[in-house]
Amino acid sequence: MNNQRVVITGLGICAPNGTTIPEFTEAIKNGTSGIAHQADLEALGFSCQIAGKPKLSDDRIEQYFSPLELRSLNSTGIIYGVIAGLDAWKDAGLERANDDMPDWDSGTFFGTGTSGIDKFRWAINKIDDMEIRKLGSTVVVQTMASGVSALISGKLGLGNQVSTNSSACATGVESLLLAYERIKSGKAKHMLAGSTSDSGPYIWGGFDAMKVCTFKHNHEPEKGSRPLSLTASGFVPGSGAGALVLESLESAQARKAKIYAEVLGGEVNSGGQRGLGTMTAPNPLAVQRCIKKAIENAGITASEIEVVNGHLTATTKDALEIENWKIALGSTADNFPYINTLKGMIGHCISAAGSIECVASVLQLAKGFIFPNVNCEDLNPDVTTLINENRIPQMLVNKQFNILAKASFGFGDVNACIILKKYNNE
Amino acid sequence: MNKEEIISELKTIIQPYSEEALALESIDENTDFIKDLKVNSANLVDIVLDIEERFKIEIDNDSMAKMLNIKSTVEIIENKLQVNGG
Repeated sequence: MNNQRVVITGLGICAPNGTTIPEFTEAIKNGTSGIAHQADLEALGFSCQIAGKPKLSDDRIEQYFSPLELRSLNSTGIIYGVIAGLDAWKDAGLERANDDMPDWDSGTFFGTGTSGIDKFRWAINKIDDMEIRKLGSTVVVQTMASGVSALISGKLGLGNQVSTNSSACATGVESLLLAYERIKSGKAKHMLAGSTSDSGPYIWGGFDAMKVCTFKHNHEPEKGSRPLSLTASGFVPGSGAGALVLESLESAQARKAKIYAEVLGGEVNSGGQRGLGTMTAPNPLAVQRCIKKAIENAGITASEIEVVNGHLTATTKDALEIENWKIALGSTADNFPYINTLKGMIGHCISAAGSIECVASVLQLAKGFIFPNVNCEDLNPDVTTLINENRIPQMLVNKQFNILAKASFGFGDVNACIILKKYNNE
Repeated sequence: MNKEEIISELKTIIQPYSEEALALESIDENTDFIKDLKVNSANLVDIVLDIEERFKIEIDNDSMAKMLNIKSTVEIIENKLQVNGG
């Protein structure tokens, strides 16, 4: 029982360019931007005044939270995570546990970088104003990092492992791999894997101050996020959540669930901030090793990878990432796989990026398309000297393919790579 | 404000915290927040905050610890209102 095959049977999304799977699928096929000007960032004097935020109506939010929960809810990350998580569960055709007994076979790894940063700010101000007694009961559950997994667990009645992982921008791919390992080893049947990231000035401010965000496109938000482009000038901050239900193939077959894709394996590692690696820059050796090990663990050869969904944030590191992929895959400029990045459309959704992009990756595999790269009509020559221009589709490609590699890299010199395969009903 | 009026106000305040519609409807002095109204114990502090706001009183920690049922809650509110009034 310790070598279960693992498949993906449910998807949920709360992205800046789509908050349902059908809406998101259309958006990524069409290259629809979710980046908009943010009046609050301008008012606060941010260098980068554009960002990606999921658009949710009050009606929509009320479907997922009780009136009492909503009264004091001030954590966008929790809202996004719960919506994506519960939607994925429903999409998988799984039920919430009954009121008396948890579902021992189901758990979640739902990651985040911070939780409830607006709630935290409110609480800190109250405390400093000598009003600690007015905090009420909701501060801890919204600001503890595991707030999102705890809330989802309560709504679904999850009785297996319930945890929140955190590895900066690699968080979402890591949560998927943690869930995969738990099912593969036979310790759980269903795991909700996802990650979320808050919106707003208090989460994005630190990045703005580090000067890693672009300040050149405040007048043209939709053009601002430019991965792979010569005029890339830093990332555009985003937010949202993505969620995937992972399940043993045995369980999925037994309940005749629809199967989107199979998880073949993956790898997480760190560059240890040694060599060229630092707190904020990746050690190329570690990135290459992570990709190679993921391929090895998946039991495939590098040449079988047809599509790569990159990290590619629109900083100066994009060309280095391409070089790392090229070395790890042992490919030439011509036989390099197709590569794309979602960040041109939605910006960099920080701790949610990996999960949102994994949902996009699974949709491409399942539905047979490769979404277009946007805002890179002026491809960076540092990239095109490494790989052929036609490896970087800028128009939708309708194509059935079998294997996709997805990687995310994060501050702290951490890496995560996962190999997904189209599931052909066997 | 008499006892009946206070209880009727409490009913409105507690309503969002309880899913026991019947018990809430027939609320009286003997009603227990946790046993009868199935209020989550963590929410008791929120109910106290709502009471403070509604009645414009301040409830100290010792009083708060006693506010587990309608009877003691009404007594504490009456007491604080009297102090305020005096």
